[in-house]
Amino acid sequence: MGIRHSKPGPLAPVIYLTKLDRLFEWGRKNSNWPLPWGLACCAIEMMATFASRYDLDRFGVLGGFPSPRQSDTIIVAGTVTKKMAPVIKRLYEQMPEPKYVIAMGNCAVSGGIYYYDSYSVVKGVDKIIPVDIYIPGCPPRPEALIDAFLKLRQKIESEGR
Amino acid sequence: MEEKRELETFDFKINMGPQHPSTHGVFRLTLKLDGETVVDAEPEIGYLHRSVEKIAENRTYEQALPLTDRLDYVNAMGNNLAYVMAVEDTAGIEVPERAKAIRVVMAELNRIASHLISLGTQGLEVGSHTFFLYCFRERERILDLFEKASGGRLTYSYFRFGGLSKDLPDGWVKEALEFLKDFEEKMKEYYVLFLDNPIYRGRATGIGIIAPELAINYGASGPVLRGSGVPLDLRKKAPYLIYDQLEFDVPVGTDGDVWDRSWVRFREMQESVRIIRQVLDNLPSGPVLEREARYVVIEEGMVNYFAVESPRGELGFFIVSDGSEKPYRLKIRSPAFVNLSMIREVVKGEKLADIPLIIGSLDPVFGEVDR
Amino acid sequence: MIKRLIGIKPEDLKMTLEHLKNEGFIYLSFITAVDKLKSFELYYRLVNPESGECAVVKTEIDREEPGIDSVTDLFKGANWHEREIYDLFGIKFKGHPELRRILLYDGFEGHPLRKDWSSPDVEKRPGDFV
Repeated sequence: MGIRHSKPGPLAPVIYLTKLDRLFEWGRKNSNWPLPWGLACCAIEMMATFASRYDLDRFGVLGGFPSPRQSDTIIVAGTVTKKMAPVIKRLYEQMPEPKYVIAMGNCAVSGGIYYYDSYSVVKGVDKIIPVDIYIPGCPPRPEALIDAFLKLRQKIESEGR
Repeated sequence: MEEKRELETFDFKINMGPQHPSTHGVFRLTLKLDGETVVDAEPEIGYLHRSVEKIAENRTYEQALPLTDRLDYVNAMGNNLAYVMAVEDTAGIEVPERAKAIRVVMAELNRIASHLISLGTQGLEVGSHTFFLYCFRERERILDLFEKASGGRLTYSYFRFGGLSKDLPDGWVKEALEFLKDFEEKMKEYYVLFLDNPIYRGRATGIGIIAPELAINYGASGPVLRGSGVPLDLRKKAPYLIYDQLEFDVPVGTDGDVWDRSWVRFREMQESVRIIRQVLDNLPSGPVLEREARYVVIEEGMVNYFAVESPRGELGFFIVSDGSEKPYRLKIRSPAFVNLSMIREVVKGEKLADIPLIIGSLDPVFGEVDR
Repeated sequence: MIKRLIGIKPEDLKMTLEHLKNEGFIYLSFITAVDKLKSFELYYRLVNPESGECAVVKTEIDREEPGIDSVTDLFKGANWHEREIYDLFGIKFKGHPELRRILLYDGFEGHPLRKDWSSPDVEKRPGDFV
């Protein structure tokens, strides 16, 4: 983390020196609270990732507060239809900065199996909101979602530098 | 001296919008409230309408199989089963005995998995996070079995026209029987933890009551209909595969409230364990696919409908063919769509805090409601 | 297989369904429509819950001005089925309490499950099959 600390002696206290940016980035990456937006089948795999076998809580990612004003990340899991698109945009604008977006599953990345011949599916959620991490798969395994959170931590680290 | 004035009250509208932690999916319910009591409710669906019926008109019958996986995504084996059997029934394709037995095992395992999710999320509404995690732990073991057989955790496409895509691996039957033994033991604990719990009993009895005549008039099916006392189960009334040779009971509720529907789902899981044990103890040997691999072509003018009993009710496929290898019209009769149409009448007069429990007891899965 | 298929004229629809309801077919399974280019065909499936028998009623209506009586006063479940058929095919049901779109958003133009409906932002799947 780039810290300097004084040598611990018998009477000297331990002091950490760092930049404020690095402190905030340490807090953000280790305690990232997502807004789980489960639309379709990928939502079940997301619920399984939050459950006990592939526990996401050990990474600091709590699935607890489903309110946009209190979350850092939004996980768009499932197909985005044209009827649902304005709702996503409104919720994204309600989230406070800094915010990150994970597109989970083939349907959120590019429209998936519904790319051809469908009259009501938006071909990827990045046509509506800017996306940071893409996870392919139909549905992606829970390990892939954990990998996405680890990559998000690397991205937050590189922003704080 | 002060005059006593009447406080003016008025009804107000509140929006349980598409993004809500407890609507089990993308569903919008606009409630008109008088204090805490619901006076009227207006449902709005269609937020997950993915135009599956239109896409299927431009795909061959085999290519439409993965589309059916994603309809009722917690019961993917059941959807595949209904579609594959509908096409086989229309085209007159025979299935070997071993394939029929394994299909029954997969469908019943999926019934257990689907009811575990339904009961687990009911627990989450009431505040029982423990029971939710227990249900998901059991479900992970079932998904392990499915992954060993078909390769996928949530969407399988395991069945083919004329049988299965591949046979079960070695050791699968032994692992499945071990799982059933463990699961039966744990079910006794879960009954005491959740269903017999005075908190859940107190919250769930007496709300969301559906009279049997109303349920029949709407065309409801599955645990919603059986919880109100009507013993209509397609595995008994119109048996398919090998269900007429198996012994099992169909649980029927008495009052038609939320607790009865949860109880019906719980008992159905126990009956499914019984069915799977009967089949796995006498699994016939032989091939699982005898039909050679070529496109299914159904002759022109055929109109057919086939329904199976899914964990939500009567799931059926209606096929109209035009002589080519693609369907002319594929209609999906979805049980959750019909069950959910009752929501307006069921929530009138209930309190606001009971609404998530009532929606959960109707068990909608929006991939199927909106298709 | 469908064992009992009854073909009727659209004017006799309500009479036929009431007659079947009095005979014990009190459960409406589904209503659906098929676009046959020169006309629309409507299928109604009824079930007798006591005996398990089922009957399918089929009628054919005009394609230019499609309209037929609604059966929501006989079967309450027909409400959402008829709204879905109106949304996707454009068939109007006379006497329906609130006939409006159910699955598509309100500003959508046209009725997409008709065979002659097309739109520029629908990409057709390329390639041939056999």
